[in-house]
Amino acid sequence: MRAVRTTAVTALAGAAVLAAVTGCTAKSDAKADADGITVTAKDDSCELSKKEFPAGHVTLNVENRGSKVTEVYVLYPDDRIVTERENIGPGTKATLTAEIKAGSYAIVCKPGMTGSGIRQAVTLTGGASAPKRSAEMDAAVASYRQYVQAQADATLPKVKVFTDAVRAGDLEAAKKAYASSRIGWERTEPVAESFGDIDPKVDVREDGLEEGQDPAKDWTGWHRLEKALWQDGKITAREKQLADLLDEDLADWVKRVGKAEITPTSMANGAKELLDEVATGKVTGEEERYSHTDLVDFKANVEGAQMSFDLLKPVASKNDPALVADLDKQFAALNALLDKYRADKTGYDFTSYDKVGKEQRKELSDGVNALAEPLSKLAAAVVK
Amino acid sequence: MTPGTTGADEPGAAPGPARRTVLAAGGGLALGAAVAGGAVALTRDGDATTPVADSGAAVPFHGAHQAGIATAVQDRLHFAAFDVTTDDREKLVKLLKEWTRAAERMTAGREVGEGAYGGLPEAPPDDTGEALGLRPSRLTLTIGFGPSLFDGRFGLKDRRPGDLVELPRFPGDNLDPARSGGDLCVQACADDPQVAVHAIRNLARIGFGTVAVRWSQLGFGKTSSTTPNAQTPRNLFGFKDGTRNVSGSDAAALDRHVWVGPAEAAGGASWLAGGSYLVARRIRMNVETWDRTPLAEQEDIFGRDKKEGAAVGKAKEHDEPFLKALKPDSHVRLAHPDSNGGATLLRRGYSFTDGTDGLGRLDAGLFFLAYQKDVRAGFVRVQTALAKSDALNEYIQHVGSAVFAVPPGVRDADDWWGRALFS
Repeated sequence: MRAVRTTAVTALAGAAVLAAVTGCTAKSDAKADADGITVTAKDDSCELSKKEFPAGHVTLNVENRGSKVTEVYVLYPDDRIVTERENIGPGTKATLTAEIKAGSYAIVCKPGMTGSGIRQAVTLTGGASAPKRSAEMDAAVASYRQYVQAQADATLPKVKVFTDAVRAGDLEAAKKAYASSRIGWERTEPVAESFGDIDPKVDVREDGLEEGQDPAKDWTGWHRLEKALWQDGKITAREKQLADLLDEDLADWVKRVGKAEITPTSMANGAKELLDEVATGKVTGEEERYSHTDLVDFKANVEGAQMSFDLLKPVASKNDPALVADLDKQFAALNALLDKYRADKTGYDFTSYDKVGKEQRKELSDGVNALAEPLSKLAAAVVK
Repeated sequence: MTPGTTGADEPGAAPGPARRTVLAAGGGLALGAAVAGGAVALTRDGDATTPVADSGAAVPFHGAHQAGIATAVQDRLHFAAFDVTTDDREKLVKLLKEWTRAAERMTAGREVGEGAYGGLPEAPPDDTGEALGLRPSRLTLTIGFGPSLFDGRFGLKDRRPGDLVELPRFPGDNLDPARSGGDLCVQACADDPQVAVHAIRNLARIGFGTVAVRWSQLGFGKTSSTTPNAQTPRNLFGFKDGTRNVSGSDAAALDRHVWVGPAEAAGGASWLAGGSYLVARRIRMNVETWDRTPLAEQEDIFGRDKKEGAAVGKAKEHDEPFLKALKPDSHVRLAHPDSNGGATLLRRGYSFTDGTDGLGRLDAGLFFLAYQKDVRAGFVRVQTALAKSDALNEYIQHVGSAVFAVPPGVRDADDWWGRALFS
C-alpha cells in the first residue's frame, strides 16, 4: 500500500496509466503542436480555447496567469483521472498530452492545488479513436484480467480464515492466517488501488490516516488488526467488528475488480509500481511493522510484477529483446535472494523481517533497484 | 602518458553551453550557478594559467590524465563508492563504457542519453532533469578502482598493482565498514552542488543491476587549492591547512608526486601508467570541544597563526616553516614533507556536515582526498606520524577509509574508463 492515503494519488496510479494511452507510437513533441487546446488558468477562472474537439491524441497547452501554483486535470465523468499535471507555477506554461477516447470529460484547474477546483465540461468527438491493439496485446490483457480476478477470488476464503479466527478470539490462529490472507491483494495491488476507495479501507497504515481522522474510529483494515494482534495482543469486540468490515470491503473489491480498465501500458506500469511498493514499504520494514511479515508481501509484489511481465513478453521481446533478457535475469536474481529467507520454496514461510539485518536489507534493496530500473522501461517497450 | 605533458590536460576551459538554455531563460532556474572566486583553468603547456571566464565553464573530459585531480579545485563535491553486484565481467565492461559516454555528456553540460524530456511519454526520461538550465559548472568526473575489484571475480587478479595496498589500521581509527572501501569510486566535483549530485545520481541510476552505491559523501567547502596563487581555503576548525599543496600546473611536481610513471606501472599494472592513487578518509571533527579551546592552544596545535595561516615565527601563509620552531606534536610539523622523507600529497579534500549526530553535535568534519603516486611512501607514511602524536587527534577521529587506483585519462570518444585494465 501507499504510505499516504490520498485517493487522488491512488486513483492516478491506476487511472492515468489506464487512460487509453494504448498506442502512442510517435515521439511526442508537444512544443511544436499548434493544434492543442489552450487552457488559461487564473486564480478564479479556467478558460479553454475550445470545449469540443476531436478524440485521439489531445494536447493541452496550459498557461498559469494566476498568482497561485495550480494543477490541471482531465477527468472521466466519474472523476477518475485521465491525466493531470501538478505544480504549474504562476507565469509558467505546461503541456499535458494523452490519448483520450470520444466522450464527455471535465477539465479542472485547481489554483492553490487545494479544493475541488474550477471545472469545465468538454466533449471529445469522433469514433473510437484509440488505435486498435494487436491480438497479442489483447491476449496479454485478457490473461492478466483473468489472473487479477482469480487472485481476488482466491483471497476471500483466505481472508475468511483470518477473520473467523479474529471473530473466535483466537489470537494465535489469527496471527497465523494474517500474512497469507494478504497475498492475492499484494500481487494485484495496482489494480486494487485503481478503485481509490477500497485501499484506504483495507490496507491503510496508521500514519496514512488523513488530518482529522481518528485512529480509534476511522482506522480499519488489515493493519489495524495487525496492530491489535501483535502490539496490543488482544481481541476485543471492536476487532471482531473490524473483521466483519474487512470481509465486506474485500467482497466489494472482488465484485468490482473485473471492471477495472486494464491496458498493456497499465500492466507494465503496474509491474513497476509493485516494485515501487517493495522499495518504499517492504525493504524499509514499514508495511508490516508489528507482524514483521514484510517478506511475504515482498514476494507477492514480485510475483504480481512477474506475471505482468511474463504476459507482456511476446510483445516486449519483439521491440526490445535485450530488455526482456535483462528482466528475466533480474527477476531470477531477486527471487533467488528472497529464497534465502524462505523456509521452503513452495510456501510463504519467510524470515521475520526484524531478524533481517542492516546489511541484508541493503542487499535486498540493491536487488530491488536492479530489477525496478529496467522494469521502468517495460511500458515503452510494449508500446514502441 | 606522454612525457613532457603536464598534469593538466585541459586545453583551456571553454565556456560551455547551458543545459537546455531554453529553460534557463524561463527564469529562476539558473540560480544554482555558483561563483568560484579566483578559479583558474590549466593549459596544456602547464606553466601558464588562464583565468576561467566564469565558473560555469566546461572542463574537457578527455586527456592523458583524468580531470578532477590537477584541475583547479571546484567548490563542491559528491563522492560515491560502489560495489559491483554482478560477477559478469562483460556486464561491468558495458557499464564502464556507458558511464564514460554519460560522463562525457554531463561534463560538457549536456543531458544523459536522450535527455530529460521530449522522449516517449510512456518511458521514464534518460536524464533525471535537475541540472536542466544549469551551466557545466566545471564538473569533473574521476573514476577509481578499489583493491576488492581485483579479488578474482573479474579475472583481474594479476592486474592488481603491487602498490594498491589496503591501508594499515592506524591508532585511533574508528572505521565504519559501511562508510569504507568499495570496488569503484566516482569523484564528482563542480562549482554547483546540484550539478555534482545530478552526475552521481545519474551514474548510479545507469549502474543499477551492475553496481550499487556502497556509501557516498557530499562536500560543501574545498579545503585545499591546487592553484598556488590562491588563498588556501579554511577547514571547519577555521584554519588554513594543506598550504604546501602540489600545484596543478607544476608538471614536474605532478610527475614526481602524483602521476604513476610507465616504469612504476610494471607488469600487470601497466594499465595504470598516467594514473594515480587516491586515499579517501572521512575525518569527523569534534567542533564543539575545539571551539572551547583557547586561541593560543589552537594555534599551537596546528603550528600556524589563525588569521594569516603563517607557520610559527613567519609572516605569510606560504613562507616556508622553520619546523624546529614548531611544537613537536604540531600538525604542520608532523605532516610536513621534510618530516616524512619528502612525502608529498596532492590534497583535494572538502568540508562536510551531515546534519547533527543525535547528541546535539554537528556531524561535521573533513572529507580528506589525496592523490599520490605511492600510497605507502605517501599517505601511509604521513598518517603513521600523525596518528602517533598529532596534537589534533584529541579533536578528530577517522571514521571512514578507502583507497583506489585511479586509471589514466580517457583519450577520445572511442576510449572508455578502464579500457587498458580490461583489455
